[in-house]
Parts: sequence; structure tokens; C-alpha cells
Amino acid sequence: MRARFVLSEVLTDLQRNLTMTIAVVLTVAISAAGLGVAWLMREQVQTTKSFWYGNIDVQVYLTPTVDQTERDTIRNTLVQLPLVESVHYVSQTEAFQRAQVLFKDSPSLLKNITPHSLPESYLVKLKDPRKFAVVSSAVQNLPGVDQVATGVTILRKIFRFIDGMQRAALVLSLVVFIVAVLLIFNTVRLSAFSRRRETGIMRLVGASDLMIQGPFVIEGAASGFVGSLFALGLLSLFKIVFVDHGIASLAPTATPYVGWGTVAGIFPFLVLLGVFVSALISGATLQRYLRV
Amino acid sequence: MIRFQGVTKLYATSARPALDTVSVEIEKGEFVFLVGQSGSGKSTFLRLVLKEDKPTKGQIWVAGKELSRLSHWKVPVLRRQIGTVFQDFRLLPNKTVRENVAFALEVIGKSRHTVAKVVPEVLDLVGLSGKEERMPDELSGGEQQRVAIARAFVNRPMILLADEPTGNLDPTTSVGIMRLLDRINRTGTTVVMATHDSHIVDSMRRRVIELEQGHVTRDQSRGVYGYAR
Repeated sequence: MRARFVLSEVLTDLQRNLTMTIAVVLTVAISAAGLGVAWLMREQVQTTKSFWYGNIDVQVYLTPTVDQTERDTIRNTLVQLPLVESVHYVSQTEAFQRAQVLFKDSPSLLKNITPHSLPESYLVKLKDPRKFAVVSSAVQNLPGVDQVATGVTILRKIFRFIDGMQRAALVLSLVVFIVAVLLIFNTVRLSAFSRRRETGIMRLVGASDLMIQGPFVIEGAASGFVGSLFALGLLSLFKIVFVDHGIASLAPTATPYVGWGTVAGIFPFLVLLGVFVSALISGATLQRYLRV
Repeated sequence: MIRFQGVTKLYATSARPALDTVSVEIEKGEFVFLVGQSGSGKSTFLRLVLKEDKPTKGQIWVAGKELSRLSHWKVPVLRRQIGTVFQDFRLLPNKTVRENVAFALEVIGKSRHTVAKVVPEVLDLVGLSGKEERMPDELSGGEQQRVAIARAFVNRPMILLADEPTGNLDPTTSVGIMRLLDRINRTGTTVVMATHDSHIVDSMRRRVIELEQGHVTRDQSRGVYGYAR
């Protein structure tokens, strides 16, 4: 196969179908970027979950009127739960000391705290933090228990939000992916039609299947490649605008947000996917519209 | 070179076969006219030789190969041994004369060196030297057909199929094209030409195979177009 000849044919044809080529490039870009965003969100949920689940404790707050029998009952109930790793009693004094450390940057808050204003509590470490609900239901209604608190409750809301976003990005990218497939399909059909004289003559003089179909597949792959490069740009933009200048600056937490390493890890996958899928669809379309 | 043995071709859209148990043998180096009215089966005959279609029944040998045994990927190899010319020339309008002829070599992977050497030779043979850089629409019908013949012959095929090559040309121009096909035939190339043109057939005095409704009704060496004309 003459590379130079094939390439010049490909270039001519891409120019001829410029509008369709641009449409293919853009849809590939958007669908690949959408996929990348969904992926980033998944990574984010994973890292956030493992970070928090590794650090989370369940705190069982006791009422101010709690007596020693009640304390013991609660403690025994907790200790007997198989998924509980350890139970630590936090007295009012200890709670006060902890608050001094925790809120040392907020003196106004500390002014209102006295050793007696904070409730005593049990700090429970779990073997599997995801099963914190078992703990709450076990002790919630015992006399002397005020409330069972865990950061997980709030986290679950955040997770549900990020999960929703991830699903939305996934659905969006799937829809755009379908649009991309149909567009590539149509573009190949159009370009097969506009080149029917050439392909007719190629068939007649005995050009091989590879020679006849090659240019179309290369065209598809090239559009896919350029499209996925655009997708990388879009994904980087998303990371900068929504992560670095978005949630990371609005809600700085101890949790790490997805970094450039993760983004870079997605890049080659997106490019491969863009090129491979586009070439594949082109090839499949040709089987129907370009009898050799 | 070409052998049909009991070949029948039925198209799905027609109850009457386009070819009905046709048996014909064409030797290497022959010049054969395929005559008959429209729909008599001439074009089907040529399509079957090119393996663009397969026969419903019967066997076809082309250049020593039985076509039904030829695997799909070997069809291009077969077609490289067959040049084809049509009534409507089928040139690429956006390529020059030289590029049109070169295209046929490039798509079968010939080197640029070969293309640069062979294309001027064949353009000289068909009498188009000096018109290499013209576009097809700047040429007369006869010249366009010469380009098409150059393209069909540039790879030096063993067989040249011509489907009404003079159908769009005036009589004087047609004579020129026939001289050219005759010259090509004299190089040893087997020429099979389907035609309506009784003057050409009568003046050439070559083998004539007449088809009528899918049957071979006449096969004459040194024949004329028809008895009652």
C-alpha cells in the first residue's frame, strides 16, 4: 500500500466533507470528555470514601442526666457488638480539652464553652465503618443516650450528590456517544457515496479491500484522534474550573481532591477509545455501504 | 482464456434468465465481438467474467482459474489481469489525464518509479502524448475513451473487456478507437467487446458471438453483425 498516495486521498476527502468531519470531531470530543468527567467523579468518590471511612468514628452522646447504670448498659451493649473494635469514654473534661484543640482557630466559639457545657460521650471505633447504622440502631433508644452522631450522615449526602453527578455525566456521555456513532456512521456513508466513482474504479482495476477501505478507516481514526485530543483539553478545563477553582476552593477539606495524576491516567485511555471506536464504526459501516 | 460452461444467470428481479446455459470458449489473443440487443445478456456476460456477480449455475474459467473456487480476497488479483472499458468512460473528473491513468496503478500498490515510467508509455500508445495535464472535461469524447483505454491497459492485462466502447462516439471517432483496440489485441491481449454497432462489426471481420434473450444464437469466426441487416 502506498502510504503517500493513501494519505493524500484521505486529506482530500477530509476536506471535501469538512463540515461532517468537524461534527464528528466535536461529538467524539464531548462524549470522550463526558466519560472522562464521570471517571474523575468516580475516582473522587472512591478517594473521599476511603479517606473518611478510614477516619470515621461513631460518637454516642449521653444525656446530662445519665447515671452510672445507664453508662454501663450502653458501654456493654456497644462492646458486645461484633463489629465494634474499641469503645472509648470521653468525659466532659476530656471533651472540653478536645474542643480547645479542635477550635483553637475560633476563639469566639471557645469563649462560650465551659467544661460543663459539652456532653460526655462514647467514641466508638468500628471494624467496618460503613456499617455504622448497626451501632446507632443498637443504642439509640437506650436510656441515657442523647444522640448518635457520625460524620458519615453528612458524607452520605455528599456521596449521593457526587454519585448523582457521576451518573449524570455518564448518561450524558453515553447519549453523546450514540450521537457520535450515528454521525460517524453517516459521515462514512456520505464519504463512501461521494467517492463511489473512485471506489468503483479501484474495484475494477483490482485494488485490494485494504486499499479501498483503508482510507475510510484512517479518516475515522484521524477524526477520533483529533476529537479525543479536544476531549483532553475539555477534561483539563473541567479539572481547573470545577475542581481546582470550584469545589476545592469553596469546600477545602482534609480529603484530597483528584489530582493531575488521575487526570493524566485517564488521558491515554480516552485517546485510545476515541481512535479505536471511530475506526471500528467506520469499518463496520463500510461493510454495509461499500461492497468490495 | 475465458471459458463458460453451461452458465445460467438468474436475477432475483426477473423470471427469465439473463444468461441461459451458455457455453463459450475464447482463446488467448482472440478478438471477439459480443452482439445482441439490449437485455440479451452481453453486460451480464462481462460482469460474470469480472466476478462482479456469480452465476446461478455452471462454471466459468478466466485466465486458467475457475471463478467459483476463487476466494474473496483473490478477486482483486483476477481483476488485475482484466482491463475494462465502458461506454461512459468512467474517468475521475477531478484528476488530470495522467493522474487518471496513474490512479489505476497506485491503487494496486505499484511503486512511484513504475508509475512514472509506465504512464507516459501507455499515453503515447493511445495517442495522447502532450495532453497529460488536461482535465477530462477538456477532452473530446474520443480522447476521453482513449484515456479510459490507457487506464485499462496500463497494467498490461491479459484480457480487455469493452462494454459498448463506441456507444457515445461518432463513426469517425469510433474507427480510431477500434484501431486502438486492434493494436492492443495485436500485442497478444484477448479483447472481448460488447457492441450494437453493426458497421464496426462488419468492417472488422472478427469472431462474433450473438446473444439473444440469454442464449447464444450464433458463434462465427470472421463474422458480421447480422444476416438480415
